Amino acid sequence: MKKVKKIKIKINGKIKSITQDSNLSLVLKNLKIPLNKVAIELNEEIIDKKKINKIKLKKNDKIEVVHFIGGG
Amino acid sequence: MVNLKKDNLIIANKKFNSRLIVGTGKYKSMSECAKAIKLSGAEIVTVAVRRVNISDKNKPLLMDYIDPKKITYLPNTAGCFNSKEALRTLRLAREIGGWKLVKLEVLGDKKNLFPDMIETLKSTEVLAKEGFKVMVYCNDDPLMAKRLENSGADAIMPLAAPIGSGLGIQNKINIQIIRKQTKLPLIIDAGLGQASDATIAMELGCDGVLVNTAIAKAKKPFEMALAFKNAVIAGRQCFKSGRIDKILMGNPSSPSKGII
Repeated sequence: MKKVKKIKIKINGKIKSITQDSNLSLVLKNLKIPLNKVAIELNEEIIDKKKINKIKLKKNDKIEVVHFIGGG
Repeated sequence: MVNLKKDNLIIANKKFNSRLIVGTGKYKSMSECAKAIKLSGAEIVTVAVRRVNISDKNKPLLMDYIDPKKITYLPNTAGCFNSKEALRTLRLAREIGGWKLVKLEVLGDKKNLFPDMIETLKSTEVLAKEGFKVMVYCNDDPLMAKRLENSGADAIMPLAAPIGSGLGIQNKINIQIIRKQTKLPLIIDAGLGQASDATIAMELGCDGVLVNTAIAKAKKPFEMALAFKNAVIAGRQCFKSGRIDKILMGNPSSPSKGII
């Protein structure tokens, strides 16, 4: 059996272990992120939500997923 | 007759019937927040941009309670202490779903929460160039207000008093000077404590008020939301009706002719 290589990324400040070369779309889907209600940053750069299935994640990538909450 | 129905608040070419903007923070629950907004009649609400809670996927979302198609979301930069953080936050807010109308708020001090006007000014220039419609939280300083206007702000939002303080308008003279010098929407943001504070702001000629804590933290938020709604209407109506001149001595209301 081929050994699946795992890498560590950080998403919203939390370390997460994922399969190497996972694409961003899959990672967000597994977390059940409602894409129409969030914005996404990869290593401090805003990502076009339409292109997330083309982005392969690398070791130590930092992802931020934000949404609107109550505020004044 | 002062027809308030046609007396719209216009911000960045968008018309609103209500002159009361409310914040969505500090409520006990999202349903309480949604009900208070409904009662207040507000058509614009401020919202904050924060991380999605990835460990609790069932946490309720603001958008499930307040429909952004019906109520205009005004993303803010609360909690940002420099231009870089504020710009990052608003660029993300725009990305969530095309929000261009935003509230810029760059704070300078963690205790008094006064705005850092140098960082605020810098951010206003950048945001305006990037096509944002920027409503700017600022100090009640007429010179700074002018500079914000010249930098492309779409609304000037001076504080009444420190955020969340409930102290009401502390510097009416400055607010009046700002009113005289600008045709931009002038909205009192922060520091209001009771309904009459909102009325005073409107009587001074402000175009609107932004209230969060005074409603959210009132013992009865729903009733307070209604009180602020009425207070804003009363103040606006008063302003449009032209108040009497102030005089030092008494002037009887009943005619002196025909006294028995």
